[in-house]
Amino acid sequence: MKAGDELPPLEIGITRTLIVAGALASRDYQDVHHDPELARRKGSPDIFMNILTTNGLVGRYLTDHFGPTAVLRKVAIRLGAPNYPGDIMVLKGTVEEFDGATAVVRVTGDNGIGRHVTGTVTLTVPPGGAG
Amino acid sequence: MDDELHARLKAYEGRPAAVAGTGRDPVNAPMIRHWCEATGDRNPAYTGPGAIAPPTMLQAWIMGGLSGHEGRAQAYDELLSLLDEAGCTSVVATDCEQEYLRPLRPGDEVAFDTVIESVSQRKTTKLGTGYFVTTRTDVRVAEELVGTHRFRILKYAPRTHAPSGQASSARASSGHASSGPAPNEYVPSEHAPTPTGREEKAQGRQEAPRRPRPVVNRDNAGFWEGVRRHRLLVQRCTGCDTLRFPWLPGCNACGSPEWDTVEADGEGTVFSYVVMHHPPFPAFSPPYAIGLIELAEGVRIISNVVDVPYDKVRIGMPVELEFRSYDDEDGELVLPVFRPRAGEVAA
Repeated sequence: MKAGDELPPLEIGITRTLIVAGALASRDYQDVHHDPELARRKGSPDIFMNILTTNGLVGRYLTDHFGPTAVLRKVAIRLGAPNYPGDIMVLKGTVEEFDGATAVVRVTGDNGIGRHVTGTVTLTVPPGGAG
Repeated sequence: MDDELHARLKAYEGRPAAVAGTGRDPVNAPMIRHWCEATGDRNPAYTGPGAIAPPTMLQAWIMGGLSGHEGRAQAYDELLSLLDEAGCTSVVATDCEQEYLRPLRPGDEVAFDTVIESVSQRKTTKLGTGYFVTTRTDVRVAEELVGTHRFRILKYAPRTHAPSGQASSARASSGHASSGPAPNEYVPSEHAPTPTGREEKAQGRQEAPRRPRPVVNRDNAGFWEGVRRHRLLVQRCTGCDTLRFPWLPGCNACGSPEWDTVEADGEGTVFSYVVMHHPPFPAFSPPYAIGLIELAEGVRIISNVVDVPYDKVRIGMPVELEFRSYDDEDGELVLPVFRPRAGEVAA
């Protein structure tokens, strides 16, 4: 692994089930994440994914690639276009730094309406770990 | 330039937003499993003996859930009230930054303290004008710092107001989750009231908003290639000569997959239209008109009606094709739009 390496993209189908399951698994009961009518009343066309689920998906994207022995150290994300039901988000990652043990990976997640998330993940990759 | 409100808000920097909060439940295998099921995470590190919790669950352990938060500090409520009073009633979350010092394991009982780290100067963003408030939460297990969680929200006065009767939409009353410190009324930030195609817009940076791109596939690539060369191409079935638009693999009239193209001469009329008010979207400034244009050739195309006030667009209005280029960081995008034919706009 070296700087500039790209991770294979990961497509996430944004289903209503994923949005609701993610909200509840993160104990986020804000109505905009499970109640379409109340979401619309607040100016959103539909329910949308909460930030904790996005955070979890970004973490999963990295550990899926680097394997169970990789250790997440930092995850920093910034959100943009919402993830609405029926959309697809494509996560992509580029290795920005790697010193033989610690990797810094730049992550983006684009959906049909724009860039849902940009982030930087720092993780420790044991010798022989995937990459 | 500092404003008077900013000076008052800034006084809250360093003050607590939550003190001695505790997680509702100890770190536990069922919640880990539910999380992994939801996110599709099959990492074996999160199951079985010796399992750790997914690090990105950090905030989940300190969520108030349906029963609400405990340990909210008065200073944070005051800060939010000041912003509310100043008209900054909407909230969007923009950033979440977490650092994991050691893994959490089932049985760990988490405690947390949150401090108001910074309040920005007044910023004008795509959503409206407001202030970024950043909190930092330290998560501990038995006094040991195990993780930090920095959370940034924009609390702002919405730029556009919902029609009366929907005032609640302007008052972004909910949104997303938040740890102890976060206001219960977090908005769908990331999300709500205005989807931002470009998170930088929410951050108030002033670069050109990124315009959505067409989805180009094998069935419509020829159309977009034509547009790039400033030609509006309509498909024509070579079996029965029926014109069709938008582009499709086969003829709806006779079923033939064979086709060629005809270049539209660019004249048309507004067959129907809508005026877009809400939600706003980056790169578009509502209200604006979207027309269903019937081309002289007989097919219809959806596009913007430009160079005419949105409330002057009328059914039957004669329009003509124009190709416009939109440049942003993703490069050049050419789109067919329609403007009124000369002399056709009612004053």
